[in-house]
Amino acid sequence: MTTIRFENVWKEYDERVVLEQVNLSLADHEFLVIIGPSGVGKTTLLRMLLSQEQPSRGRILLDGEPIATEPTADRGVVFQRYSVFPHRTVLGNVMMGPQWAGAPFLGRFFGARRRALEERAMALLTRVGLGEHAHKYPAQLSGGMQQRLALAQALIMRPKVLLLDEPFGALDPGTRKSMHELVGELWEENRMTIVMVTHDLPEAFLLGTRVIAVDRRRNDPQAPERFGATIVSDFEAKCRSVRESRAFEAERERVRLALLAGTSPAEDAPAVPAFETALVKD
Amino acid sequence: MRRIINYAPRPGVRLILALLPFIAVLAIYILASNARLAVEPADKLMPSFASFWTTMVRMATTVDKATSQYLLWWDTWLSLQRLFLGLGISALLGLVLGIIVGFVPYLRATFEPFFAAFSLIPPLAVLPILFILFGLGEASKIVLIVFGIAPFIIRDVMLRVSAIPAEQIIKAQTLGASTWQMIAGVVLPQVMPRLIDSVRLSLGAAWLFVIAAEAITSEGGLGYRIFLVRRYLAMDVILPYVIWITLLAFLMDYALRRLAVAAYPWDQIKAA
Repeated sequence: MTTIRFENVWKEYDERVVLEQVNLSLADHEFLVIIGPSGVGKTTLLRMLLSQEQPSRGRILLDGEPIATEPTADRGVVFQRYSVFPHRTVLGNVMMGPQWAGAPFLGRFFGARRRALEERAMALLTRVGLGEHAHKYPAQLSGGMQQRLALAQALIMRPKVLLLDEPFGALDPGTRKSMHELVGELWEENRMTIVMVTHDLPEAFLLGTRVIAVDRRRNDPQAPERFGATIVSDFEAKCRSVRESRAFEAERERVRLALLAGTSPAEDAPAVPAFETALVKD
Repeated sequence: MRRIINYAPRPGVRLILALLPFIAVLAIYILASNARLAVEPADKLMPSFASFWTTMVRMATTVDKATSQYLLWWDTWLSLQRLFLGLGISALLGLVLGIIVGFVPYLRATFEPFFAAFSLIPPLAVLPILFILFGLGEASKIVLIVFGIAPFIIRDVMLRVSAIPAEQIIKAQTLGASTWQMIAGVVLPQVMPRLIDSVRLSLGAAWLFVIAAEAITSEGGLGYRIFLVRRYLAMDVILPYVIWITLLAFLMDYALRRLAVAAYPWDQIKAA
């Protein structure tokens, strides 16, 4: 369970107000998309959630606790560019997080631990479609493949929240489409919360379960920096009860078919990896 | 008629073109030398290649009476020792200080202006101070090299550290990395190719300081020999020594370049 709350968050740089009165409450397993015009503070909102920047007023709560004042492993991130390490191979990139967590001084695993991690990383890479590129360097991959790698690298840490800052902004339309599918599926499979910033409206409504628009409510032509942006609209793009009943129907159908076929439903892997099965899933 | 920048030589032509200036310089020397030797067979200013050869063979294969050493090898050994010690200490200082100061904002704010000012001190101007402080022995020569090139390497490494995209550092933190882990796992490996480049660029300066220090006080060394035999106008020693130093510098540069290619393949891919 992961919930996010923004409580009256403001962001000011000296005299300039960027964001004002941001109040938001996000339930578990939502796909929140933040849209809005350029330069209005979408990314600032995401950066505050990442603790790359601190709110000037108000606070941000993750599961009811104020978030750490620096980036930590509970919030994963994929930026538009530069979020993979050019000096490590694809496999090495994915293995970095767990190795840092488990080997404070050397940052490297050896022997059986390493093999176990390699297996996990390879499974994840195969899932995002980079299985056969495991031993290449990021510079040898296309833009879309680099973003897949960045996703895998973040996912292996099993963050509570995954933050995406215009992750498909630099990709061509075809690649973008396949990335949409991948991110949608990963969101379902890992049952996590995703917060994404984009300026692409169709993309926002395709992926998001909840879409918020950030813009200035008031504008003073004499002093445009006087008023900041805030959440001006809040759409429930995919209704939660519909989503859950769909998942439930799918699960019921699976059990029914299994019973018809005369096998015990528990023996099969669940077709819809939702509910408790997904929570214990590695 | 196209613009001149749009004419590019073919690979074979390129090789010939690259050799041309070398051949031209050699030819001019031989012609001038022959002309002078024809007038005065004992001319010391532009000796023939034959006398270069006999002098070098003598210096490389006969034991000198005063020092009981093979002079060429003895000089080379002394100079390279100083050069490598100076370069090694500078590279190490540059790496450690450059990364720590470049990566930690408080240290950066404290030391960056200091390093910037420090790197502007002309090293040769403080050479007398070094002689007073460290004596006339090896220490002052090595300190001079370090003094001359370490500030440059430190600043270069700091620049490289700050050129690492902020996204990577944030990403590393979201993967749970500590400051030490980021230094060892993200910053250091990405700075290493740049450090090698930095050392390559410092080679010329390092040789300058070695020769300058040796010229003033020494018992041996390539620079010392050149300045010693200057009194006798011994161009048959000086010119081959200069070429020998150039060759050594070229070989070091080449070796460092190959090292960078072999040790950091990802950096080559990125550049290409």
